[in-house]
Amino acid sequence: MGLIDSDINAIWLTIKLAFTVTIILLIIGTPIAVWLAKTKSWLRGPINAIVALPLVLPPTVLGFYLLIAMGPEGPIGELTEQLGLGLLPFTFWGLVIASLFYSLPFVVQPIQNAVEAIGNKPLEAAATLHSKPMDTFFHVILPLARPGFISAAILGFAHTVGEFGIVLMIGGNIPAETKVVSIQIYDQVEALEYAGAHRLSAIMLGFSFIALLLLYSFQRRGIATKFRIGR
Amino acid sequence: MTQVNSTSSTIVANLQISLHSGSQVFELSVNSEFPSTGITAILGESGSGKTTLLRCIAGLEKSAKGLLKLGETTWLDDKHCVPTYEREIGYVFQDARLFEHLSVQGNLQFAIKRSHEKVQKAFYAEVINALDIGHLMQHKPDQLSGGEKQRVAIARALLVKPKMLIMDEPLASLDNARKQDVLPYLAALQNMFHLPILYVSHSTDEVCRLADHVIVLHQGKVVSQGSINDVFASAQLPHIYKQETSTIIKAKIIEKDERWHLIKAEFDGNTLWLQDHNKAIGKTVRLRIIASDVSLSLQDEKESTILNRLEGRIGGIEIDKKGATALVTIDLTNSEIVAQVTRKSIDDLFLMVGMKIWVQIKSVAILG
Repeated sequence: MGLIDSDINAIWLTIKLAFTVTIILLIIGTPIAVWLAKTKSWLRGPINAIVALPLVLPPTVLGFYLLIAMGPEGPIGELTEQLGLGLLPFTFWGLVIASLFYSLPFVVQPIQNAVEAIGNKPLEAAATLHSKPMDTFFHVILPLARPGFISAAILGFAHTVGEFGIVLMIGGNIPAETKVVSIQIYDQVEALEYAGAHRLSAIMLGFSFIALLLLYSFQRRGIATKFRIGR
Repeated sequence: MTQVNSTSSTIVANLQISLHSGSQVFELSVNSEFPSTGITAILGESGSGKTTLLRCIAGLEKSAKGLLKLGETTWLDDKHCVPTYEREIGYVFQDARLFEHLSVQGNLQFAIKRSHEKVQKAFYAEVINALDIGHLMQHKPDQLSGGEKQRVAIARALLVKPKMLIMDEPLASLDNARKQDVLPYLAALQNMFHLPILYVSHSTDEVCRLADHVIVLHQGKVVSQGSINDVFASAQLPHIYKQETSTIIKAKIIEKDERWHLIKAEFDGNTLWLQDHNKAIGKTVRLRIIASDVSLSLQDEKESTILNRLEGRIGGIEIDKKGATALVTIDLTNSEIVAQVTRKSIDDLFLMVGMKIWVQIKSVAILG
């Protein structure tokens, strides 16, 4: 393929970023999704809207606010400095935090939809069988919502891989630290290195297609499993 | 066999609940004691609050207020509300609600793992046998028929070793043939496991067949309650069930007449001839005689096609002032039977309490 070192670095960094973000989002996104699916609180609407904001906001807007928040004057920046972590903009972890916000709806919404689809009936049945709420979560909700979790993981990963604007705002392009594939392609095009841009773009195209193919073939089976449980 | 201490499982319910859905408000107000033995049916048309009452007892309606006790254990009062998962009940939902991601065996194991009492192998085998689901163990719920699902759901509810079994119209979602798949198991349950059962139904047929006690709900209020015969043989039966007024008796088959395909059944010293449905001699059956199938005559009309004629004395006459009918209670030997006749006939024959009378019974249903 003729990938150069900086290409490999960028791919490796992108995978590391997407993987980290997906894992963290599954952990913090699940309680948010389950709460949104179950709650009758008036806060449901506002929280739903906040979670969905990154879907409609330009990444530059989100990036701009995060940059300010993580900067020396911002609340996140002050916190990280007090903790001795330094400032986060233009670091890998700064990118992680920005991506957490940016990819949140892609993880929360599939899980929320799956939990809503389960409804209350199996949960009530579990309660009458002496199953406590956490027990029910792990042994009824999780297995029944499995298709939703798999969709969430695929979407969260693929969407993080595909980031550009927010990375540019928060990360800049420091090789092996914040220079992900999409930035590398941008740099190559700017430098008129079309051959290199072609190589990485083809890889991105192939990856995205396969991710979506996986998602849709899985969802198709996922729908089937609703009526025909069993694999 | 599991013997449940019967005095420890009386349910005392003094419940009020207001449910809001949109602009509709449904109020349920019940102050009842549910017998700790046998099958207690909660009868009512849809919207009468039957299911809501069960859900309150199970703790599934969070807004229920009042007092609720099972034996000595308080489940609900001003200060406490015991969550559903700590109430020792088994709940069979109308729609079975098996866990779709688990096999039949997985569903049963789910209950066994969470039972407060250890489930012995023998008990497990007994439950599976009683509901005849041994051959379905590896199936997933979506591979089962409606009747099979309900049987598995009943087995699952029994396996948490409840102190009381609650069933919400377990037959309502089944067609008639499937109903026959489940009904005999229900009838046998009580005898096998000695569990008090609360059974919700809108079907008087089911209730007459299964229940020992009945509570009739109408628009969220208890309008009648008592033993099955006391409720059904009474003029107090709510208007919608007027046509269902009947005498329900336990009789024993004592004789078979092969030639005419008839059997003779005895109850409290009285006898009736019934069509032979292959019931063995010595078997106890439950009979239902609908009040409008009973007519009265001043003398024994031997030249009649009616086979069952009994002599008795009028014990009571209750006139429906708004309608054309009256309910007459006739005292038989150690027993009673009710007849629905027109007010005009009462007047024409000068029927009065204490009079000697002949009861003619046109048809008798054997409820099994």
